[in-house]
Amino acid sequence: MKTYEQINERIESGKAVVLTADEIMDYVDKKGLAAAAEEVDVVTTATFGPMCSSGCFLNFGHSQPKIRMSEAWIEDVLVYTGIAAVDVYVGATQLRHGDPANMYPPGEFRYGGGHVIEDLVAGKQLQLFALSYGTDDYPRREIRTYFTIDDLNQAIMVNPRNCYQNYNVAINDSDRTVYTYMGALEPRGENATYCSAGQLSPLLNDPYYETIGVGTRVWLAGAHGHVYAEGTQHAGACERTPEGVPKEGAGTLALTGDMKQMRPEFVRGVSLRGYGVSLALGVGIPIPILNEQVLKRTCVRDRDIFAPVVDYSADYPQKTGNVLGHVSYEQLRSGEITVAGQVVKVGSLSSYYKALEVANLLADEVRRGEFLLTEPSALLPKDRPMKPLLIREKAS
Amino acid sequence: MSQTVTKKLMLFFPKCECEKPIIYHLVKDHNLIVNVYRAKVTPEEEGYLVLDVTGTEGDIEKAMDFIRTFDVTVNTTGKGVARDEDRCTHCGQCVSHCPTGALRIGNDGTREVVYNEADCIECLACIRVCPFGACASTF
Repeated sequence: MKTYEQINERIESGKAVVLTADEIMDYVDKKGLAAAAEEVDVVTTATFGPMCSSGCFLNFGHSQPKIRMSEAWIEDVLVYTGIAAVDVYVGATQLRHGDPANMYPPGEFRYGGGHVIEDLVAGKQLQLFALSYGTDDYPRREIRTYFTIDDLNQAIMVNPRNCYQNYNVAINDSDRTVYTYMGALEPRGENATYCSAGQLSPLLNDPYYETIGVGTRVWLAGAHGHVYAEGTQHAGACERTPEGVPKEGAGTLALTGDMKQMRPEFVRGVSLRGYGVSLALGVGIPIPILNEQVLKRTCVRDRDIFAPVVDYSADYPQKTGNVLGHVSYEQLRSGEITVAGQVVKVGSLSSYYKALEVANLLADEVRRGEFLLTEPSALLPKDRPMKPLLIREKAS
Repeated sequence: MSQTVTKKLMLFFPKCECEKPIIYHLVKDHNLIVNVYRAKVTPEEEGYLVLDVTGTEGDIEKAMDFIRTFDVTVNTTGKGVARDEDRCTHCGQCVSHCPTGALRIGNDGTREVVYNEADCIECLACIRVCPFGACASTF
């Protein structure tokens, strides 16, 4: 048994024993659970993939004379201005003005909010255009200027939903190609896409949210951010394996961090043909090895984690709830799965390569004493299911 | 009989050479087997051609000398499809769409995506499916 304080003391003295969630299983197999739990202080987890519910608040400071922006665009991407005068929110999935979207399907979706955020973190100069109705205290009606992240007072990423605990495997059972947020799916189950770091993914290493909660410090694209709430659609009440690993989406995290500290290689705009734009992020979360049980859960392997195979041509859009079966991440990583007796080629949207890079970068920061752990101020709910949106004919 | 080899070439034809039947002479006069992957003539009447040529080293050498008598640029590394290493995140989305395995997971441990240009048949599927714009056509 260890406490957060004891682990942080070891980190500060530079003596902490830190392994990644990719290394810990073999280590525990070799040393035994009890001895390893004594020895290991922190296991780092990570993921890198598209996370659509992402965005950032920016504060521009005031021009002379002042403007209260009522509509604004950055690089022609509409940003939300229904907050204070020169604050805006950039949403990852907002399209650039004039993008034909799916008018001539499948659309290319080359640039949007996710790309604005990538360009900001990369230090590029971007164009701001804003309009206003004008007031006595904010008389300016229009502004066009060019800025970089260094010109901003704040650039704070605020992501309502990141780090899905587990995710669907998308397949297409119809006779035409379908274009989805899981990529292009060829007809008659020719290919499938998954999107999770599996055994390295944060919430799959803490399936009951025992150490990752509100207030947990996280590595968000290089910045030291934190979990500010449960993520949207967080639904801990779900089907689980006997070991407690969710067999569907389940938990999510709401994350925030200072974009001025972020590294551009972990903040990447995403274009999904026929679907839209998004933002891919690298997230690392340290798990404190408080006891044997916590350590045991971090030893989960790809072969013990199962994802539901879902038909994105019919069952997903029509919300039938039908699942074609479950496959393990070990099977997915082999490059082929078998669905209804048919061999299906598998691709991924989540990058294990980048996730591994994040897990190692975070482990190095903890070893150097630069990243301390925080005890959650509140735990995430475990027992809540996901509600549907009901269509009511009349107000009651 | 000396051994045959296969070489991938990318040829660029400026406007002045676009109408000459150079490929015909590669087959007829130089005994080469030609496999064209992709050809394009731009609105400016410039031409691009990516092809495999198979023949003896000697025949290929003579054919190359013949091509060089024209104002044609020959790129023997044949980069009709280029992958930007910095844009690639190694997600693996391209892997299930690549018909020849030119793009594949090169290391089971790190899940790094590797690109073997020699196996690429320039179907351009990777360009359409890459979420990060890492693959691009040079023409």
